[in-house]
Amino acid sequence: MELLSLSAVQLGRAIREGRTTAVEAMEAVLGRIEEKEEWLNCYITLDKEGARRRAQETQKRIEAGELRGPLAGVPMAVKDNLCTRGMRTTCGSRMLETFVPAYSADAVMGLERAGAVLVGKTNMDEFAMGSTTENSFYGPTRNPWNTDHVPGGSSGGSAAAVAARECFFALGSDTGGSVRQPAAHCGVVGMKPTYGTVSRYGLVAYASSMDQIGPLCGNVEDCGAVLEAIAGIVPESDSTYVHRKDSFQGALKRDVRGLRIGLPKDYFGEGLDEEVRNALLKAARLLEAEGAEVDEFDLGLSDYALPAYYTIAAAEASSNLERFDGIKYGYRAGNAEDDLHRMYKRTRSEGFGKEVKRRIMLGGFVLSSGYYDAYYQKALKAKALIKGAFDKAFFGYDCILGPVAPCTAPKLGESLPDPLKMYLGDVYTVAANLAGLPAISLPCGMSRAGLPIGMQLVADCFQERKLLQIAYTYEQCRG
Amino acid sequence: MQNGISDEMIEYVGILTKLELSEEEKEQAREDMGRLLSYIDKLGELDTEGVEPMCHVLPIQNVLREDVITNEDQSRELLGNAPCRRDNMFVAPRAF
Repeated sequence: MELLSLSAVQLGRAIREGRTTAVEAMEAVLGRIEEKEEWLNCYITLDKEGARRRAQETQKRIEAGELRGPLAGVPMAVKDNLCTRGMRTTCGSRMLETFVPAYSADAVMGLERAGAVLVGKTNMDEFAMGSTTENSFYGPTRNPWNTDHVPGGSSGGSAAAVAARECFFALGSDTGGSVRQPAAHCGVVGMKPTYGTVSRYGLVAYASSMDQIGPLCGNVEDCGAVLEAIAGIVPESDSTYVHRKDSFQGALKRDVRGLRIGLPKDYFGEGLDEEVRNALLKAARLLEAEGAEVDEFDLGLSDYALPAYYTIAAAEASSNLERFDGIKYGYRAGNAEDDLHRMYKRTRSEGFGKEVKRRIMLGGFVLSSGYYDAYYQKALKAKALIKGAFDKAFFGYDCILGPVAPCTAPKLGESLPDPLKMYLGDVYTVAANLAGLPAISLPCGMSRAGLPIGMQLVADCFQERKLLQIAYTYEQCRG
Repeated sequence: MQNGISDEMIEYVGILTKLELSEEEKEQAREDMGRLLSYIDKLGELDTEGVEPMCHVLPIQNVLREDVITNEDQSRELLGNAPCRRDNMFVAPRAF
C-alpha cells in the first residue's frame, strides 16, 4: 500500500482496520520530509523523535480501542502561530524565536483528542502578514509544483506541506485569505469557517475581528473531518459563537440539484487572469450540469473590501502586537538595560520584520487622534455596507462562486518590492473575513505553466454544510 | 484627503507604536504609508451617512464562566520564556 497517496480519512480507516499503523504512517511522512524539506522549507520546527513517540503512543491507544475517530493516527502539521505546549511557536518572527507555549490552542487540542499526531510547525509570513510566505524570519517556503514559485501565504508552509505530502493535513489561519490563497496556489483544499466556528484560543492574534483557524487538506472529505474535530464552543474563548451539533461529514453528498450559485460579475472583470477565468467558468458549467442553477449577478462594493480590510487589519494588528515588549517572553534587545522605553523601542524594531512594522505603523496612524474617524471609523462603516451587500446576495443565492486569487502563484521575489501590489492580490478573499462568512478554496484546474488554479465558494454565515456539499459535488464530478 | 506624510507624522507614529526607525526606514515608511493611504482614500467615495460602524458581524457575546482555577502551577514554564528573570520574577529595565 502506498501510504502517501491516501487521503487523511483513507489513512485513518486503514489504521483502524489494521492494514497499517500510526507508526508506519509517521515513518512515511518523515521519509518524505527527509527527501523534500531541504528544497521546500515547509516547516520551521520539526520534532522527529517526538513525532515517532507520539505515533507509538497513539497506535497503542487505537489498539486499546480508546481512539476510534476518522483522524486517529494521522500525521498533521500546524501553522506556527498556533500554540503547541512544549513545542516552540515562532509566528515566523525573530520576536518569538525561543518562545515555548505553556498551553496548546483549542484547535490543536481538538485534533489531538481525535488522535491526530503532530509532526511539526509550519512556515508562515511573520505574524501572518503577507501573501507569499516570503516574509518569514526562517526563509521562504517554495511551491512543491514549481520551486521557482511561492506557495502563497500566509499559511504557505501548511499548504506546501499538504501538497508535498509532508503531512496528511494541516491547520492554518485566515485573516484575509491566508488559508484559501495558499491552498489555491498549492492545489489543495483550504477552508475558512464562519467567524466564531473555531475557537481562537491559543492562536496568536493578528486582527482579532477577522482571524479564523481553518483546515488545509488533500480533499473535501478530509476538510469535513478536520472541521468536525476543531469546531465548537469552549469556555476559554470569548467569541466562539454557537456549538451546533452538525455533522460536517454528513454533508458530504453528491447533490447540488436546485441549489442557486451566483457568479459576481465584479469578480470576473478586469484584473483576472484569462486562464483562471476559463477554469472557473468550466467549473460553474460542471455544477450546472449536476443540477445547480448558475447565473451572474452584481454583488456590488467589491472595490471597497480591500481598503476597508487593510485599514481594520492594520489597526487591530498595531493594538495586538503591543504585547511584544521584551519582558514576559520573546526577544529582548541588548544595550538598553538602563531605560525601559529605549528597551521597548529597540526590541520591537529589531524583533519585527519589515512588513510587520509597515502594518503596525499604518495601524497606529489610522487609530491616532485626528485620523480615527476619517480612516478607522470609515472602514467600519464600509464593512457594514459590504456585509449588507452579502446579505442581499444570499437572499438570492445559496453560494457565490469566484476566484481565490487573480492569477496563479507568483515567482519568488516578484511580490516583495511592491507591498500595495501584493495587497491587491487579496482582492477576492478579504470580503469573506470582513463579513465573517465561511469560504472554501478548491483546485479547479492547472495553468499551461503547470501551476494549480483555485476556485472559491462562499456561503452565508454558518452554512458550512452547504459549502462542503457543493465543494464535494464539484470534486466528485470533476473526477 | 491630504496624504503628504510629514516627517513629524512619522516621528509621532514611531512614538505611538514604539518603533525606532533608521533614517532610511523613515523615508521608506513615508513613501509606503503615503501610497497605502492614497489607496485607502478610495473609501471616501462611499456614502456612509447614517451608517453605524460595524465592529462585529455576528451578535457575539462574551462567554462568561466561573473564575475557577483549572490549570496547575505553570510559573516555571511561563517564567522560562522571559528573556530576563530573577528568582520568581520578570526583570525589566529601570522605568524611572
